[in-house]
Amino acid sequence: MHDRSSSGLHLLHDTNTSKAVSSQDLPFTVQGMTVAYHHKPVLWGVSYSAPKGCLTAIIGPNGAGKSTFLKAALGLIPKLSGDTKVFGAPIEKSLKRIAYVPQRSAVDWDFPATAIDVVLMGLYGQIGWFRWPSRKHRQKAMDCLKSVGMQDFANRQIGQLSGGQQQRVFLARALAQNSEVYLMDEPFAGVDAATEKAIVAVLRQLVADGKTVLVVHHDLETVRDYYSHILLLNGQHVADGPVETTFTAENLQKAYGGRLASTQLDGLSEASNA
Amino acid sequence: MEQFFAALTLSAGYNTALVCIGAALLGAASGAIGVFVLLRKRTLISDAVSHATLPGVALAFIIAQVYFDSGRSLPVLLFGAALSAGIGVLAVDWIKTHTRLTEDAAIGTVLSTFFAVGMVLLTIIQSMSIAGQAGLEGFLLGATSGMLKSEALTISVAAALVGLAVVLRMKEFSLLCFDESFAAACGYNVRWLDRTLLLLLLGIVVIGLKTVGLVLIIALAIIPPVAARFWTDRVPVLVAIAAGIGASGSYIGAALSASAPNMPTGGLIVLVLFSFFVVSLLISPVRGILAAALKHYRFQRIVHLRQGLLAIAHDEPVLEPLTRSILRRGGFMGGDGQPTVKGQSEARLIERDQKLWNLYREMHPEESHALADWSLKPIGEVLPADTVRVLEQELSPHVVRGGETSRGGAV
Repeated sequence: MHDRSSSGLHLLHDTNTSKAVSSQDLPFTVQGMTVAYHHKPVLWGVSYSAPKGCLTAIIGPNGAGKSTFLKAALGLIPKLSGDTKVFGAPIEKSLKRIAYVPQRSAVDWDFPATAIDVVLMGLYGQIGWFRWPSRKHRQKAMDCLKSVGMQDFANRQIGQLSGGQQQRVFLARALAQNSEVYLMDEPFAGVDAATEKAIVAVLRQLVADGKTVLVVHHDLETVRDYYSHILLLNGQHVADGPVETTFTAENLQKAYGGRLASTQLDGLSEASNA
Repeated sequence: MEQFFAALTLSAGYNTALVCIGAALLGAASGAIGVFVLLRKRTLISDAVSHATLPGVALAFIIAQVYFDSGRSLPVLLFGAALSAGIGVLAVDWIKTHTRLTEDAAIGTVLSTFFAVGMVLLTIIQSMSIAGQAGLEGFLLGATSGMLKSEALTISVAAALVGLAVVLRMKEFSLLCFDESFAAACGYNVRWLDRTLLLLLLGIVVIGLKTVGLVLIIALAIIPPVAARFWTDRVPVLVAIAAGIGASGSYIGAALSASAPNMPTGGLIVLVLFSFFVVSLLISPVRGILAAALKHYRFQRIVHLRQGLLAIAHDEPVLEPLTRSILRRGGFMGGDGQPTVKGQSEARLIERDQKLWNLYREMHPEESHALADWSLKPIGEVLPADTVRVLEQELSPHVVRGGETSRGGAV
């Protein structure tokens, strides 16, 4: 609940227009979300609204519920309370406006499919029931592979790809969905530097195109370079807002507690103190 | 033998032909649905489904016999089978979601309990000494001899419908099996899709009871896709091959059974299917073990060739006889043991490739750990162009490339 004024919710406070109009401008809003596994709370009463057209990192220590936050908000796992609105509409009716990139480790990569088969899955919603991908769909999937630098691997069995390549394929699948809001679960986990660079380029392009992008992110050192906004979690909402004002030693200490060495904190918040 | 070929060529009478065609359709449909049961890693549940049919069959027989005096009516028995199998699946689902037991524990419990109830009921039926009960044993191991024309027709039509449903839902089932949470995030009703898959499986089990029997029906859904998996890495092809194997195996099995009426049809079909499996396992060029052995042989030669060329590049002597003979055969080494010009230039290429590989492994130990083919293929064939470019730049930093300015700590 801290720093609320700097989050996307500021629209509600700053403008005098009616609430209904401004809530339609909020791409992704979560209210009072609580999730528990076997009576052990993982997330407790988290409220958050993603700033429109921004690249936001979701950060926090291990077990802070970052992935759980995305999954519960999307309705993929049961929650005890809370609801999600996408441009003012309930999430169940707005899934077409969202592209979700699960963790790479969530699937079995020995599945009989090629890279382009996986990207085509992002188009299934457009293709519709009882119909098959056409030449047009294949071309679109190929374009998406190209934008992540994977066009040469279109017909490679996915199990033969490296981790970074698999992650790029996942990203291409999300691009194929051509949504307004992108939710990504650790796209940088275990990828090589070139892949990291390629993914960052794609994320920036998405934001340049006016999309709203939320990324679960692990590496605190790159937060300042990659993102304009952050959401800081540790089971509860700690802070959210622009990197310059929110990515501070004080907030990080709140989220990570003693787990972050003070020297590390000094290094990370140097820029904001200067 | 003569009878077998007559049955195989559909010339052993109208009834036998119909039974064989019915079996083929059943095999095709179960092979197709089996692909998704296999990819969803739920092969065990099909065992629970099949064993849970027995009490339904027995109860339906008793009720039909006592109240309507028509215990042998196939549709009635199959309806009973479907009902109790459905209850069995729901029971597994309930245990899984409402307790902390895993699915396999739930399946084991439900499967054995339902089968036990069924066996007790069968014994009761036998003690009732009513006419027509002899046919019931056929549900255990499958019996096509004496199958009525109408029964064979029912099986054919139902199997064709299930097969059609699987093909029409192929896209969505693939998505469900590969990435359930993505499917849910796309707005697909995953629970409902899962139910549809189980319902179609249940349909196949029930339809196949008479032909293959409940003990072996699971094999009809599992062996064809497992055998087909050796041949392809694409879902649509997998479905086609599994359906083909299921159809031909069941057809041949049913024809065999027509020429040897005392043999259980289910057993014969499964044995034929198993032979398909063994053949696939051995000779498939994609994943078969002979292909794997050949691949290993080539792999070994590539290793020797590469290490030989690296030795040439480093001016080291090549001592191993196999390496020497491979180098000589490739024209990289002369009869005197000295590298040829071709050998020298190839060695320089390999050396550079190896340097890139070493650098990659140094920079991304985790990534390269999971990667096959490292140091075996030219790096450009395994890694994307931009990754290779970064490595090349790292290897010779003085070569400045336009538009590739690196951003601080990112590289």
